[in-house]
Amino acid sequence: MNRIEQKNQELCLQKRKAFIAYITAGFPTAAATEQLVYTLEENGVDFIELGMPFSDPVADGPTIQAASCAALAAGMNMINFLNLVKTLRQKTQIPLIIMSYFNPIFKYGIKKFAIDAKLAGLDGVIVPDLPPEEAKELNQALRNQGIDQIFIISPVTEPARMKQIAKLSRGFIYYVPLTGVTGTRTSLPKNIALAVKAIKQSSKTPIFVGFGIFTPEQVKQVVKISDGAIVGSGIIQVIAQYSQDEQMVKKVGQYIRSLSQMCC
Amino acid sequence: MAARAKNNGYFGSFGGKFIPETLSHALKELETAYEHSKQDKVFKAKLKFYLEQFAGRPTPLYYAARLSDYLGVKVYLKREDLLHTGAHKINNTLGQVLLALNMKKKRIIAETGAGQHGVATAVAAARFGLECEVFMGNEDMERQALNVFRMRLLGAKVTGVSSGSQTLKDATNEAMRNWVATVKDTHYIIGSVVGPHPFPTIVRDFQAVIGKEARQQILKQEKKLPDYLLACIGGGSNAMGLFHQFYNDNSVKFIGVEAAGLGLNTEQHAASLCKGTPGVLHGSKSYLLQDNDGQIKIAHSVSAGLDYPGVGPEHAFYKQSKRAAYVAVTDTQALKALKLLSELEGIIPALESSHALAYLMRAAKKAKKNSVFVVCLSGRGDKDMEMVSKLKGFNYHE
Repeated sequence: MNRIEQKNQELCLQKRKAFIAYITAGFPTAAATEQLVYTLEENGVDFIELGMPFSDPVADGPTIQAASCAALAAGMNMINFLNLVKTLRQKTQIPLIIMSYFNPIFKYGIKKFAIDAKLAGLDGVIVPDLPPEEAKELNQALRNQGIDQIFIISPVTEPARMKQIAKLSRGFIYYVPLTGVTGTRTSLPKNIALAVKAIKQSSKTPIFVGFGIFTPEQVKQVVKISDGAIVGSGIIQVIAQYSQDEQMVKKVGQYIRSLSQMCC
Repeated sequence: MAARAKNNGYFGSFGGKFIPETLSHALKELETAYEHSKQDKVFKAKLKFYLEQFAGRPTPLYYAARLSDYLGVKVYLKREDLLHTGAHKINNTLGQVLLALNMKKKRIIAETGAGQHGVATAVAAARFGLECEVFMGNEDMERQALNVFRMRLLGAKVTGVSSGSQTLKDATNEAMRNWVATVKDTHYIIGSVVGPHPFPTIVRDFQAVIGKEARQQILKQEKKLPDYLLACIGGGSNAMGLFHQFYNDNSVKFIGVEAAGLGLNTEQHAASLCKGTPGVLHGSKSYLLQDNDGQIKIAHSVSAGLDYPGVGPEHAFYKQSKRAAYVAVTDTQALKALKLLSELEGIIPALESSHALAYLMRAAKKAKKNSVFVVCLSGRGDKDMEMVSKLKGFNYHE
């Protein structure tokens, strides 16, 4: 059983919904990312998505674009990313999921990536520009290593395709409730519950909802109708706001606490 | 030949559909609409009408007599510069706007580098009463200010892009992001043979009219096929448009000319095929300018239309299968060619097309006497005049 499965079982037993946090690795520095991961865990985060930055993130809005750009300028790359995961694994067993675009993985080498990701201690992989049709080679390599590949379903995914993706996705299914890029939204679409119900019919895999969510109220609303809420840009905004401030980690912790307590 | 793009949009090992899930439905819808349009007589008749009556096709295949004398080979220019809007881009935008109408889309978006695709999109959108927004890097907006003005005059919204290199790559990122958000009522007209399947195939087929005409015209004028086809390559749409119809004519050599910027041994160029490595950008696998970590490098060329770190996947396939040769010329060489054609033929070429002409001068020296060259003159130089007039060697102000 890998760490994602273990965590899902634990949540199920405790009858708790999952809270998932995204941060960009290396933003503002790799050392800060390490401290942030511990703080996220201490403040009630169940899964952490670590963004491996890419120069041309077409699925991301301005907040994560800027963080990716800064992280790359500060020297983040796949080797440093995997080293960071290794360091984290000496202190924490929280499920760690890499979120990156396909090119950095392709360039690193698909098989080598799967092997090194396992060695470093990663549990899952999300590649937003790699739909199932193009994912066969990576998916096989990850399965061989026991790493979960998580796929995304969108509001415009057709029913037949939705079933196929729901079956393919391991660990959890990532439901994006809106058409658009990452970033905070003041209001979420009303039909999320219906979509989640539809996906539930073809899969027992937990469904986590992300994109747009950043307030405690939104987290509350989303976990009521799904298995978990994912927050990204909202956290990056706090990190960016306090990036020069020694209070940064503490401020992020406070913000995370306000969100995660909605998942009971 | 037909098998080349049938495999889910792969040309050999290049191409594909590397896209956020939100776009999968739109691309499928586009593919269906496009396949349908190919059989649809009404669609074909409409496109033919607008290409002829609105855009000005067919364009001449012009025998450049003085340039031919000068070089010692026979040079024919495919005059895409004479089209409405001043470049080949309109062949594609008219086709895609008609597709958008068939798909009942109300809004058009596009990316643009030199502004030629943006203008051609704005023109087509205006003609059919569609809302239009064009994304353009801030640096390009500055160096192609005239085209920004033209687009706005045509009723399009021009949105500046300030991320990254502020050129075509970043404009494409922003257009894709906008499309993800607006996909239900918006069609994205990609301007070159790049992007996820089916775009490289659709754009190629709409641009193939260049080669279809050129093949008939050269057979009529020379009574034989040409020895060489030459075209500049940014994303590669005018080149693919010229080459495609000659694919099975094995005696015809294809030469694609990339932008070497300040030199291929510098970091300041846009020669993805000559100097790049395989990777995935903007929805397809092709050759890219990238570092060892798979991060995309910033391209450089004096010509905004060639200033792109990727290239169409079918060109990557042509390179791999050796059907075409890919070379590069520098900014300086391109500017020299611009001057030469202006003085010898009374034709001011676009900076993009000047790259093909610059390589022609080199190729002519190696070629047998009286070899027949067809060069795609993809656009006219008017848009570049303000910038060129500030450069060394173009001091005509006194």
